[in-house]
Order: sequence, then C-alpha cells, then structure tokens
Amino acid sequence: MAIRDKLSGNEAVAVAMRQINPDVVAAFPITPSTEVPQYFSSFVSNGLVDTEFVAVESEHSAMSACIGAQAAGARTMTATSANGMALMWEMLYIAASCRLPIVMSLVTRALSGPINIHNDHSDAMGARDSGWIQLFGESNQEAYDNVIMAVRIGEHKDVQLPVMNCYDGFITSHAVENIELLEDEKVKAFVGEYKPQHYLLNKDEAIAIGPLDIPSYYFEHKRSQAQGMRNAKKVILEVAEEFEKLTGRKYGLFEEYKMDDAERAIVVLGSTAGTAKFVVDQLRAQGEKVGLVKIRVFRPFPAEELAEALSHCKAIAVMDKSDGFNGKGAPVFNEVRSALYDVENKPAIINYIYGLGGRDVRSTDIEKVYSDLAQIVQTGKAEDPYRYLGVVDANDIDVAAEAAATRE
Amino acid sequence: MSDAVKKDKCIIEEHTPWQETTLGGVVTSSGNAQYYKTGGWRAMKPIWKEDQCKQCLLCWPTCPDSSIPIKDKKRQDFDYDHCKGCGVCAKVCPFNAIDFVVEGE
Ligand code: SF4
Ligand code: SF4
Repeated sequence: MAIRDKLSGNEAVAVAMRQINPDVVAAFPITPSTEVPQYFSSFVSNGLVDTEFVAVESEHSAMSACIGAQAAGARTMTATSANGMALMWEMLYIAASCRLPIVMSLVTRALSGPINIHNDHSDAMGARDSGWIQLFGESNQEAYDNVIMAVRIGEHKDVQLPVMNCYDGFITSHAVENIELLEDEKVKAFVGEYKPQHYLLNKDEAIAIGPLDIPSYYFEHKRSQAQGMRNAKKVILEVAEEFEKLTGRKYGLFEEYKMDDAERAIVVLGSTAGTAKFVVDQLRAQGEKVGLVKIRVFRPFPAEELAEALSHCKAIAVMDKSDGFNGKGAPVFNEVRSALYDVENKPAIINYIYGLGGRDVRSTDIEKVYSDLAQIVQTGKAEDPYRYLGVVDANDIDVAAEAAATRE
Repeated sequence: MSDAVKKDKCIIEEHTPWQETTLGGVVTSSGNAQYYKTGGWRAMKPIWKEDQCKQCLLCWPTCPDSSIPIKDKKRQDFDYDHCKGCGVCAKVCPFNAIDFVVEGE
C-alpha cells in the first residue's frame, strides 16, 4: 500500500533521497533549494541513511565533490538553484563529459541579475546544453517520482549521463500538497545497486577518469556523449513504464491534456501546467477545443513526438518562463518551432515569455493566451510572435491600468 | 608484464571511431605516460658529459620527467624521448657534468 502524506516539494525530494540512500551527498545551501540538503542532513544525523554528507564551501565545490565521488564509484546526489548552479557551471560540463550519472535536484529560480530569489526557468534553460538530462515536474508528486526515476535513467549503460530533476522554486518546493509515497523497500528495489563499469576505487582495475583529450580524441568523445543523450529517450520511457507498474502513475516525454481534438494548444513546463489545466477545463465546458502539452523531458528534446502531438492544431502558444535574449524568441519556443518545421500544414505558433522573477501567473493570463490563439485561428495571422505575458507595458492599457491601481 | 603487452591493453589509438572509444575518454589502465613522447617539446637540451660525472646522483631525483634512467645504481644517458629540457638537472649538478645547449645546434 502506498503511503499517503502531505509534504512540500523539497521535503518530498529529501524523503526520496532518504529512500534511495545514496553513497554521497555534497551540497551547499541556496534558496529555494536549501531545505533539500537540510532535511537530508537530519536523516544523516539520525542514522536513517548510510550516506557520506559533504558540507562543502561553495557550489563549485559541491559539484566537484559529486564528480569525484561518482567517479570513485559512489551513487551521488545534490541540489541547488539559480546562482548556485551558475557557480557549478564548468563542473556541469565535466560531469556530463565524464559520463557520471549524478542526480541533482534543480529548484528553479530566476538567475540574477537583477537579484531575485523567486521562480522562473532561467537557471535551467541556461544549462540546457550542458549535457545533462533535464526532467521538469509540475507538482510535489512529480518531483518525488522524477528524482527516483532519474537514478535509473542516468545510470543506464546506454545513457550514463547526469540528470537534473527540475521543479519550480517556492511554488512546488515550498507549497505543501498531498502526496503518495512509496514504501522504502520498494524504492530500494526499484533503484537497485549502482554498478558502474569503470570506477576509481576498483582495486582490480587502475584507471584514469577525465584525462586531457587532444584534438585526435575529443570529437569522438563528444559524439559518444551525444549518443548517450539520444539513447536516453528510449530509456526514459522504459523506466517510466516500470515505474507505472509499481505506482500506477504514468509518465511520458510530455503529458497531453485534452489534446485529441484540440485546435488551440499551449505548450508549457512545470507548475504553470496546473493553472493551465484549470483553464482548459473551464474553456472545454464552454465547448472550446483547447488543449495543453506539458513537457516533462526537455533534454533530450522530444522533437518528433511533439511535432506529432501538435501537428493537428491550428495555433499554438509556447510558454517560456525565461527570456532567450537572442531577440527572436525564448528557448522552448525556438525548439518547438524547429520541431514543427517538417510538418505539413504547420500550425501557427507564437511565444509568450511569462512569470519572470516570480511574477504571478493567473488563470486570467492563460485565458488571454487562448483568446489570442482564437484570434490567430480566425484571422490566419500570427503577427509579432515574440510576446510577453503579464509584463507591465505602457502600451498595454489593461495591464498598465491594473498595475496603476495596485500602486494606489 | 612486458611493455608490448601493457601497450596493447591501455592505449586507445588516435582517431578511434566514437563507437569504439571509452566513455568520457576513460583510460582503462595506469602507467602509460611513457607512451606519450614529450621530448619534441624541448627548446633546450641537456648534454651529459660522462667523463666529468661522479655518479653522485643529485640530478636524478630533481628531474620532473623521470628522464634520467638509472642502471646498477649508476645514471645513464638522458631519455630524450621524454626530457622536456627544463634544465633543472644542469643547474643542480655540482661537477659541471651537464651542459645545457640550444636544441638542434
Ligand atoms: S649530478 Fe652531475 S655528477 Fe652527479 S650524477 Fe648527475 S650528472 Fe653526474
Ligand atoms: S632537462 Fe629537465 S627534463 Fe631534461 S633531464 Fe634535465 S631535469 Fe629532466
């Protein structure tokens, strides 16, 4: 029997880590991820895990310690947010290129500056090409489930890559929700034992990890790394299938919500999907053909599958919780748009940058997006596809007036 | 283990296809630095003057590249495959038994 409980996202992830019982956890506190190592270190102190907890002096050291430990043959985990991950930067790439399946919970937060501790996806999106697998969860339950599956995905022999378990800072990390936990033994059995092929503490095989890679080698190692990422798609689905048998909870590369006959769709990552599903239900009740796609796996990017799922729509809005600063659209938009390039009768597609630095996303905001899409379907024109939602704009009379009212 | 056997095990040849190379460039054995010849990096070259050498062996432990071979407790001529020409040995020799000259002259 599954255990019903009520936990914050951070506590749920810490509980999953207790159940996984990794060999090493090295972490440095940063809002809003701090609670993960905080709860976990209490499990260490209370003797509930066998983990070596390394209280390092910076995030650069945290990731370095994780790399050293995982290379030694230890199953290793950590957690961070925003500028903490920014300080890990060079080590993120090294973890991936050394093919070390470290699992890191990234409690997403705006990457300063301006300095801000609230949620958006600028930290995760900045690291999207560092070679880490990226899973995005909508709720506490998904953050818990994803971190358990992450262990199996990363360690799979065809993958061998680090995995980021991304969930929204404060919204998911600190809000307490109902959750179904697995029994400790079931998690233990599901993750199994870590059996790396090569590891530094193997007394029977003296090896070197992370050597200098001159031009006659480097390219082949990067190509092989890319293959690990490609292989991950299949492995993620296999692990999800096994997880479903255990829990009854179904996971894919993305979730399709009321998409079957949808003419208008929103593509979104993370907790905003919850708000958007509420709006979809309301509009559906009025007979509107609207749907939602929530991307769970952003790396590897499920391009073909998304193209297939979206191809029958007339208009799509891709929601980005971080800007791209290329002047031409944010990361999720550019990738979804590129995925649709080969589709015949392509749907119209627009981009909304929203929720930056913790700006609230209300159901009325999502309603606006669907009504903008309705207009595009009607006129057949998607002008100015690079848009902002919820920014106070002097030219947007409604928003500016509302903002002025709050000031008074 | 003979050098030949060792070499077979640990050397991943240059331009090995990506499907056959080790993940992340893991080197699956140790003690293979000798196969990487660093002598070509040299701009200056130490010359051992055997007749002036007293076999005090002060030079031997100072070489950062283990390029002064020892046999029967006596130093041999330099291992020019690996000597990088740093000149430490020439500096340390108390008997002026090592010249330090421009490479190629
Ligand atoms: S330090 Fe000079 S004298 Fe002593 S062993 Fe070396 S070369 Fe010979
Ligand atoms: S020049 Fe430097 S590297 Fe060469 S033998 Fe002397 S100490 Fe060693």
